[in-house]
Amino acid sequence: MKPVSSGGVRAALILATLGFLALFLFLPLVVVFTEALAKGIEAYALALVEPDALSAIRLTLTVAAIAVPVNLVFGVVAAWAITKFEFPGKSLLITLIDLPFSVSPVVAGLIYVLVFGAQGWLGPWLTEHDIQIVFAVPGIVLATVFVTFPFVARELIPLMLEQGSADEEAALSLGASGLQTFLRVTLPNVRWGLLYGVLLCNARAMGEFGAVSVVSGHLRGLTNTMPLHVEILYNEYNFVAAFAVASLLAALALLTLVLKSLVEARFHPHERRTGS
Amino acid sequence: MDIATTLTLGTQRPVASAYAAPPTRRRRRARQSVIPGFGLTLGLTLVWLSLIVLVPLSTVFLRSAGMGWDAFTAAAFAPRALAAYWVSFATSFVAALINAVFGLMTAWVLVRYDFPGRRVVNAMVDLPFALPTAVAGIALTALYAGNGWIGRYTEPLGIKLAYNPVGITLALVFVGLPFIVRAVEPVLEDFDRELEEAAGTLGASPLQIFTRVILPAILPSVLTGFALAFARGLGEYGSVIFIAGNMPFKSEITPLLIVTHLEQYDYAGATAIATVMLLAAFAMLLVINLVQAWSRGRYTR
Amino acid sequence: MFLTRKVRAPGAAAAPARLLLTSLALASLALAGCSGKTRDADAQSIELLNVSYDPTRELYEELNPRFAAKWKAQSGQDVKITMSHGGSGKQARAVIDGLDADVVTLALGYDIDAIAQKSGGKLDAQWQKRLPHNSTPYASTIVFLVRKGNPKGIHDWGDLVKPGVAVITPNPKTSGGARWNFLAAWAYGKTHGDGSDAAAQDYVKRLYANVPVLDSGARGATTTFVERGIGDVLLAWENEAFLAQKELGEGKFDVIAPSISILAEPPVALVDGNARRHGTTKAAKAYLDFLYTPEAQEIIARNHYRPVDPEVAKKYASTFPTLTLVTIDHDFGGWKAAQERFFSDGGVFDKIYTQAGR
Repeated sequence: MKPVSSGGVRAALILATLGFLALFLFLPLVVVFTEALAKGIEAYALALVEPDALSAIRLTLTVAAIAVPVNLVFGVVAAWAITKFEFPGKSLLITLIDLPFSVSPVVAGLIYVLVFGAQGWLGPWLTEHDIQIVFAVPGIVLATVFVTFPFVARELIPLMLEQGSADEEAALSLGASGLQTFLRVTLPNVRWGLLYGVLLCNARAMGEFGAVSVVSGHLRGLTNTMPLHVEILYNEYNFVAAFAVASLLAALALLTLVLKSLVEARFHPHERRTGS
Repeated sequence: MDIATTLTLGTQRPVASAYAAPPTRRRRRARQSVIPGFGLTLGLTLVWLSLIVLVPLSTVFLRSAGMGWDAFTAAAFAPRALAAYWVSFATSFVAALINAVFGLMTAWVLVRYDFPGRRVVNAMVDLPFALPTAVAGIALTALYAGNGWIGRYTEPLGIKLAYNPVGITLALVFVGLPFIVRAVEPVLEDFDRELEEAAGTLGASPLQIFTRVILPAILPSVLTGFALAFARGLGEYGSVIFIAGNMPFKSEITPLLIVTHLEQYDYAGATAIATVMLLAAFAMLLVINLVQAWSRGRYTR
Repeated sequence: MFLTRKVRAPGAAAAPARLLLTSLALASLALAGCSGKTRDADAQSIELLNVSYDPTRELYEELNPRFAAKWKAQSGQDVKITMSHGGSGKQARAVIDGLDADVVTLALGYDIDAIAQKSGGKLDAQWQKRLPHNSTPYASTIVFLVRKGNPKGIHDWGDLVKPGVAVITPNPKTSGGARWNFLAAWAYGKTHGDGSDAAAQDYVKRLYANVPVLDSGARGATTTFVERGIGDVLLAWENEAFLAQKELGEGKFDVIAPSISILAEPPVALVDGNARRHGTTKAAKAYLDFLYTPEAQEIIARNHYRPVDPEVAKKYASTFPTLTLVTIDHDFGGWKAAQERFFSDGGVFDKIYTQAGR
């Protein structure tokens, strides 16, 4: 437990870190809540129960409610394929799953316009059948699924690699079915990692701006998610309302962090045990 | 101590491709495979990956390929585009560098020292992952603009913190911070302190211990975090756009230029620049994988 | 613990597969929910989508309920008008890419022309001839918004290029309003030098050298000026300048009318293809016609747009400053020519920045 550094260095480093984090992480958060409450709690509450704000909240929840389960299932399936079997091209596959992380959100929106837009690949067919994908909820869902694509897989793969397949093999040799093995052996083993991935996936799904902005069409009360609604209010000079909705998103972010810490508290000891 | 394994172990957030690390030898032998579901899970993975990611992304390349080489280079390497690449590249690089220093420091403090509120601080580090980028953008602008909370004190000193590349860099520091902290933290946690103590008894100064013993061990994770923060910075849009100033040749970032082209109905120009960005994204992933491979080569026996 | 059933090979992923299917079904449900727009012209209630540019929010917020009441009385139908606001070019692009607008009310004719050309016949190429006054039910112009008391003494375009004056205007490549700004500045440069294009170009170049922030839309520029306190003068739509003065701080800003400006004509058009598909053509046409009625023109004038109805215009004449106005058709040869010359890639605007930037 003897640190390399002396007490003076230690204090200086802690102070510098706290100062840096206060400046870069804490202050922006304070700004959001201060501006939101600039005209009192009443104006704040009014901004949140206004119909367009409510519909934005509803849409954001809907989109997350679709995108997160979809990516949850994908993450589990992909992690199973990647960690339980050897096959050629595996690391390429992993890289491709990671790709949405490094693609600019703007490009993520653009590609769906190029596929589903009226001038896109499927545009004419979709128009003919009167199906609206971009500038409607499905496009927003797709863009959100894209940007949150790797979150769950990325949490699960290292964890499942680490845990190996011995437990599953034991279960199978005792006659459990594949499904039983998955549900009773694998799932309990990875549940905290899974939850962790889901939380981050959900936070990103609710907060995505760039990609969604390209495919939304900004229809008031119809295709505005909360982050887009923040922008619209901001552009209407309605700063209190903009920051009020923003503060709701920030509160969601904080809730995510709290839940994440709780998960971590369970997750980490567990990990150390299996790890060493 | 096997660094590659600890990287995969400490799967905090974004240790990209850390899981590309191979399973240990023991496990690899035990493979092959009474475990069911290979065809189904791999099939579903490939189909879903293709539908959501690969096919849509291929449109960008196909559109660019369709425009011909000359038109492509004209759009992708126009002076304004080159300037935008430079702005994006330079600000992301500087921001990632700042984060490498302060992120390393933050990780060090969080791992090595106990102080009141450590857990809260530890949780707060992930805030940029959870806070929507548009909210971050508005909040940062309210802080750093000339009449903002901080900007109003620096502006009289002639230091402009918003509406120029400095503002972009500040936003990217915010966005990229957790990448480094979360990459370094688990490695630091698993670092073998006996090495430090051994070096200490051999008469090394604390600084020497840090630079000669600790730094080499955590360098790969710092580089990974750096590359991730850098890649994220290149593509970042929501948080930057409010604070950038958006002046062509000076503070116009690449994603904004794509949007600008789109709004002029110039799909070809937009996809050409998007192609360059996608290639940059690929390159960054490749670099990250190389760093991982390199660290494995160095630390596995 | 685990019981006796035989190992069933593909079973492991059956649950995920089912879940996946469920999610897909959910997704397609959501999809179906959104595509089911009104098709029946005789339906009890219909929806119109008006895709507009940034500064018209307050205007249409006031106009829409009036039209809805009128249409209800006239046809018995309830009409719900949904608005979408954003930069004019962005909005036009969205309509081209399939945003299902029944009518578009954009910042300049060029953007509606683009829809006519690029959306495969959704919008009649002759749209501008279908309604009076070049399909422009309201006009505006470009004026200056300065800080209270006009501390920098800004009275005309010439003052904007003085050293130490910071000018806020959005990027003309992305903002319709900013194109009007640019052309108004050009008109000044052209008439106040030796009358050559070179003199005009030199003027706008010096003007843009004084611009510290180039927002992508008119609203962003106003926010920068008003909320962030950047700049000494904002080039703005006349209606936007009056609105900002009213909404954002009574007595904090002054509106200055320059000696010369441009007659900005934000036109409106029916998107034939979409309206036909929705069965809303009649209502959409009535909606656009309504904009020309004295009732609507009054609202328009009160929102600081210049009405085209001569009676209403006379009534509100005192609320608008008088200034010399050039026009896009007469002085710049129409939008197509102006767009190509000034704002296309490699055009005059790019040249200003290429020279200034490096």
